[in-house]
Amino acid sequence: MDERERLKLFEQTVLPHLDAAFNLARWLAGNDHDAQDVAQEAGLRAFKFFGSFRGGNARAWLLTIVRNTFYNWLQKNRPAEIAGGLDEEALAVEDASMNAEALHLQLADGATVRRAIDELPVEFRELIVLREMEGLSYREIADLAEVPIGTVMSRLARARKLLQKRLAGEFKPGGRI
Amino acid sequence: MNCTQAKPLITLYADGELDTARSLELERHLQDCSVCAKEWRDLQGLQEAVRQEGLYFPAPVELRRKLLAELRTQTRRPAATNIWSWKWLSAAMSGAAITCVALLVVSVFNQPPAGDRLTPELVSSHIRSLMANHALDVVSTDQHTVKPWFNGRLDFSPPVKDLATQEFPLIGGRLDYVGGRSVAALVFRRHQHVINLFIWPVHEPDTQPRSLTSSQGYHVIHWSAAGMTLWAVSDLNPTELMEFAQDYSGSAQLTAP
Repeated sequence: MDERERLKLFEQTVLPHLDAAFNLARWLAGNDHDAQDVAQEAGLRAFKFFGSFRGGNARAWLLTIVRNTFYNWLQKNRPAEIAGGLDEEALAVEDASMNAEALHLQLADGATVRRAIDELPVEFRELIVLREMEGLSYREIADLAEVPIGTVMSRLARARKLLQKRLAGEFKPGGRI
Repeated sequence: MNCTQAKPLITLYADGELDTARSLELERHLQDCSVCAKEWRDLQGLQEAVRQEGLYFPAPVELRRKLLAELRTQTRRPAATNIWSWKWLSAAMSGAAITCVALLVVSVFNQPPAGDRLTPELVSSHIRSLMANHALDVVSTDQHTVKPWFNGRLDFSPPVKDLATQEFPLIGGRLDYVGGRSVAALVFRRHQHVINLFIWPVHEPDTQPRSLTSSQGYHVIHWSAAGMTLWAVSDLNPTELMEFAQDYSGSAQLTAP
């Protein structure tokens, strides 16, 4: 296949998922400018390694590259943020069922939810984006993040609990609502 | 199903990871158990909150435009390392072919004017122009359009001649890169065969067209005139390609750089 055919195929199979690529980059990087840099770099890398794409879910494949590109970028540009790593113990959430206010979550406005997601550690944030926004399966996320499927499930559960807790906090009686 | 069994399944159910049989069981349990039903609604509420419109960042138009532009530039000018990895080229470059080309070129020119190095490069440039289907930067059968197109793109003015009356119509031109410099490549056609004519200035005496080699079915003819070196490359048969070279060298109004 010559370069032009390769690009055409790339445009047909991978570029339709550029929105997903940018969305993940944006949630990970936290601002438009850095997200554009990461997504652009990821797009170029994806084309470079397009030969290694063996069919299947092109979106999951592209998102894998976005994620790797982001962590490389992070190491270079904000090394402090990855120094600590994820302290899973500290983030353990008691397994109590949610209080009644949680029922109002669907009423939470976008800005509030956005802030709550932004405050999650990056390892949890990416799970929320990949599962809830991109609809990837546990298996796809496990492959993408190179962790066991059990880790995906336990982290996802904790990410949700943290999110619920923070959002519920916003809606305490006498709170912001 | 009781609550202890149901509880761990609620998340799987919400994530579409539960098989049908157990989904049905769970749904029955959720109808009967208010505690589990509440947990299910909380999770649903969270999912809806996260999935709401406005939280998704679609790619900016600018990103799409920049990425596509960069990819198109890359594919127009394939990196040298990519070229060498192409199968056809490694075949073309391998063993006996190279030796033959080198010996032939060296024997034709006493002072090897980098011809042994250039011939494979010219052939590969010709093939690349066909494979990538990007032979032309300027598409025109008019020599008076093609010649000025090179102005400001090259530090010389290549002689451009249309041989349509000799049935070698000019179809356009492009910039190419040969022997470490930018050169003019004019593209002609005879029937279904494409002829690339590479031109750049040199300090060497005029020479008559000479057939240099046929490699992998491609023929190269070289001549010099008025301070320009010209290389015609094509899969056209050697006789007709020589005809082209003689027509071109005989009738071209050559301008010095």
